[in-house]
Amino acid sequence: MYVAVKGGEAAIANAHSLLADRRRGDRSVPALRLDQIVEQLALGVDRVMSEGSLYDRELAALAIVQARGDMIEAIFLVRAYRTTLPRFGYSSPIDTSAMLVERRVSATYKDLPGGQLLGPTFDYTHRLLDPELAAGADVAEPLQRTGEAEAMPRVSAILAREGLIEPDGDMPQDHIPGDITREPLEFPMARDIRLQALSRGDEGFLLALGYSTQRGYARNHPFVGEIRIGEVQLELDVPELPFAVPLGTVRVTECQMVNQFKGSAKAPPQFTRGYGLVFGQSERKAMAMALCDRALRASELGEDIVAAAQDEEFVISHSDNVQATGFVEHLKLPHYVDFQAELDLVRRMRAEYEARENPPKAEEKKDAAE
Amino acid sequence: MRGQEARDQAERKAAMDTLARSSGDDIVRLWNEAGLPSQAKLLRGPETGLVTLRGRIGGGGAPFNVGEATVTRATVRLPSGQVGHCYALGRDKQKAKLAAVADALWQDPARRTEVETMLITPLRSALTAAHEKRHAETAATKVDFFTMVRGED
Repeated sequence: MYVAVKGGEAAIANAHSLLADRRRGDRSVPALRLDQIVEQLALGVDRVMSEGSLYDRELAALAIVQARGDMIEAIFLVRAYRTTLPRFGYSSPIDTSAMLVERRVSATYKDLPGGQLLGPTFDYTHRLLDPELAAGADVAEPLQRTGEAEAMPRVSAILAREGLIEPDGDMPQDHIPGDITREPLEFPMARDIRLQALSRGDEGFLLALGYSTQRGYARNHPFVGEIRIGEVQLELDVPELPFAVPLGTVRVTECQMVNQFKGSAKAPPQFTRGYGLVFGQSERKAMAMALCDRALRASELGEDIVAAAQDEEFVISHSDNVQATGFVEHLKLPHYVDFQAELDLVRRMRAEYEARENPPKAEEKKDAAE
Repeated sequence: MRGQEARDQAERKAAMDTLARSSGDDIVRLWNEAGLPSQAKLLRGPETGLVTLRGRIGGGGAPFNVGEATVTRATVRLPSGQVGHCYALGRDKQKAKLAAVADALWQDPARRTEVETMLITPLRSALTAAHEKRHAETAATKVDFFTMVRGED
């Protein structure tokens, strides 16, 4: 027999209004505006766009406020919103070599065409908290340097001239890019599908796995061939126009990881590659993605699978923080009936155990029989 | 004739690009200043949906899906018959509608110059200025390596 237990509506409604109150906080402090979050917490907004898998700054900012700054909750909100919108199609592939670059560094070549552009980076800061920022000091305009715009070829193209690096990843001619928002995950999966999952994967999870490869669990000797951040043009083919319609620009971060490779039965010694591409400015995530992409190519390159980062099913099945939080957090929801069943079972087993461990003595048994 | 058609298409695409990249506020302000007519019949939208953004493996290899972006589109018909379209990133419906009207007006030979000079050109200058500023700010962070001689010889 199943008995539905009702109740809790008033408690839930009151909890939600309490949440709204606590979210707003002290009313004497001005409420945050979305443009303040977009402008001043830009990298948090970028993370929500990247892992929410939806490029829309204002929506990501709204999600951050609504979630009280809980990033995974914000990502969850954005993912849920996505499902309410119709789909217009797939863009033409973006061209990162034509990016309006805002940062571009290479750890493999000092002097490369286009140069090393540090851009707005935390690198080389002293990581000292800034009391002036706390006091709301004015910030000077950045310096400008005018000059000819230099072409900025991808570092992979420079290495390719010597033939010592594998080409950009190709798929068979007739391959249609897989889409994890349309089809369920199946293992083993093609590299294009893996990259889609990694691009929306949890930054912390991918960072830890990337770190594990550096510490020796599937070591693959990575170098940052190049990181570039900037805006790329987005275009969409539509039936009503004779040309691809320009949609505007989006900011992305690309990481080309170059890995030493001593060769295997399947491939000669050469540099192999891992690729990272994420929404917004997020080089930690792009680098972690590239490390994981390379590690996950183990079977393609004929390497032994010895570590977690190389295990495709393990990595991809656990990289999505919305799925992960859903399954972990559901544990706090009522499991009264399940637990009741477990309790009965454990009581019975315990009774059997005790009966086995302390068998009743013969006289006692006789007494009991009488 | 073929050449002219291709040039027209390239110019129309460039105008649509400028409109898509400009803010709705800028478009509305210039529209009002220019006194452009905005009467048009909405054939579709304005409506917001998703476009899945594609990248390429390794930067230049096979395409893969990266994630989605919000896009708002509109299609309008002018009283004079021209049909205009807009697709632009974001959720600004007023901008999508006005940009579609601009695209329709652009196709009217009697209106094209007006749309180009009063709307597209100022929008494009603002975008170019912002682009150049960003470029110059980034260029100031370029590393100029130099070497120092160490030791006796």
